Amino acid sequence: MGGRESTLVLLDENGIRCDGRKIDEPRRIMIKAGGLKNADGSAYIEFGDNKILVGVFGPRDVHPKHMSRTDTGILRVRYHMEPFSVGERKNPAPSRREIEISKVIKEALLPAVILEKFPRTAVDVFIEVLQADGGTRCAALAAASVALADAGIPMRDMVAACASGKAADTIILDVNNEEDQAGQADMPIGYMPNLEKITLLQLDGVLSPEEFKKCVETGVNGCKIVYELQKKALADKYFQNGRDQ
Amino acid sequence: MTQSVIDDLKRSQILELLEQGKRIDGRALDESRKLVVEINAIPKANGSARVRLGDTEAVCGVKIQPDRPFPDMGDKGIFICTAELLPLSHPSVETGPPGPDVIELARVVDRGIRESHMVDVSQLVIEKNKSVVGVFADIVVVDYDGNLFDACSYAATAALLNSKTPKWEMVDDVPTLVEGAETDLPTTTIPVSITMAKIGNHIIVDPNSDEWSAMDCRVTITTDSEGNIIAMQKGGSDGFTIDEIIKCGDLSIKQGAQIRETLKQAAKGS
Repeated sequence: MGGRESTLVLLDENGIRCDGRKIDEPRRIMIKAGGLKNADGSAYIEFGDNKILVGVFGPRDVHPKHMSRTDTGILRVRYHMEPFSVGERKNPAPSRREIEISKVIKEALLPAVILEKFPRTAVDVFIEVLQADGGTRCAALAAASVALADAGIPMRDMVAACASGKAADTIILDVNNEEDQAGQADMPIGYMPNLEKITLLQLDGVLSPEEFKKCVETGVNGCKIVYELQKKALADKYFQNGRDQ
Repeated sequence: MTQSVIDDLKRSQILELLEQGKRIDGRALDESRKLVVEINAIPKANGSARVRLGDTEAVCGVKIQPDRPFPDMGDKGIFICTAELLPLSHPSVETGPPGPDVIELARVVDRGIRESHMVDVSQLVIEKNKSVVGVFADIVVVDYDGNLFDACSYAATAALLNSKTPKWEMVDDVPTLVEGAETDLPTTTIPVSITMAKIGNHIIVDPNSDEWSAMDCRVTITTDSEGNIIAMQKGGSDGFTIDEIIKCGDLSIKQGAQIRETLKQAAKGS
């Protein structure tokens, strides 16, 4: 983000970042599949200090009816932040930012879900950000993939997500809130490791063509780390004890 | 967004042509449509441009006026860019609050220009923490033929390049206009966005409306005058491979340089 002036040291002489991580190290990630009783599928993710809950409903009847399609099911995504999730209270009404994020997450999930099997129905993904600390869209996307799998929606692959970026003239993995505010670039990436496809990609910041390539590769590597944790979350729920929960 | 039989037929025709290296309107795969830039189309605005990219047309007017700074940005002026789809641009556009597509359009265009630091907001301070200059670039789409991202971005960039900012001074704590002291809006670089669509395994630059409705996914990449990549947005319901994205990055730098020349020439003509 071009950089708001701050006294924070983003990267010290030993290559350690402001929160003690190495440049290619993601924050602590904890993913749990399931957890909500009424939702058809759900997931909870803690990604650093981000805490995000995702519930999936469907395939179910479409309301309003005119949105339904005869040739395929539809996917609807709502990304929403709680008023208490950020420093200053956020207006609970959906902001333009949230509407855009809902759209990019939906389009990141669409290549993964096999909706053609469920014409005239809708799959609804509700993402609630309980606490936000930079990189919520990636954390939300990763959790949403797990929740969709938990709901038993047929999928071609799971979408993993992680951001890369640039701070203190260095390409880093998993940009945190401080690095996003004071750093030079933020590139959220959603990636399907088995199909080798990037399904979410945004960037703000300044990158040379070489940095751009490195940044994409760094982010994709982060996605692969997240992917293993997503698979583990599902395995923990479904295979550990051979029974639900 | 229901896919009709006609859409399916059109898509297969577009795909068939792409297999032979051709496009439905005869362009090369990496060729943008003709860009026509009319500067100062709205004399009452502080800067304006009417841009036609093929048959997509957008008008941008820039209004510059004193404003209160954002709480944590007292030493910087304000830059805000909006985009709107007018009902006269296409039969399917209705009045009412903007939908997700239009919100995305406005935010992507704003991000491209903002992240390039084209408008030098540090020079737009009247009195620190009290009063700053606000630059509002409002874009309206008046005719639709696909790729609104680039048309809107070019309209805003062209308008900003030709904006004149009035001068204000604080008199009794009120910003007061100083007559006859207009200067060029301080700008640092020329951001250019290039939108590319993926149809099948083909990447095409500047999709028209037929290609837009047939595409699998798209990516908009903005570059600055120094050839850096500064903003990016992927959309649509499929994905890109890493190689494809890197190819798109190269394309955006190459194509962006041409568009930048057109915008520069238009600015000189004013």
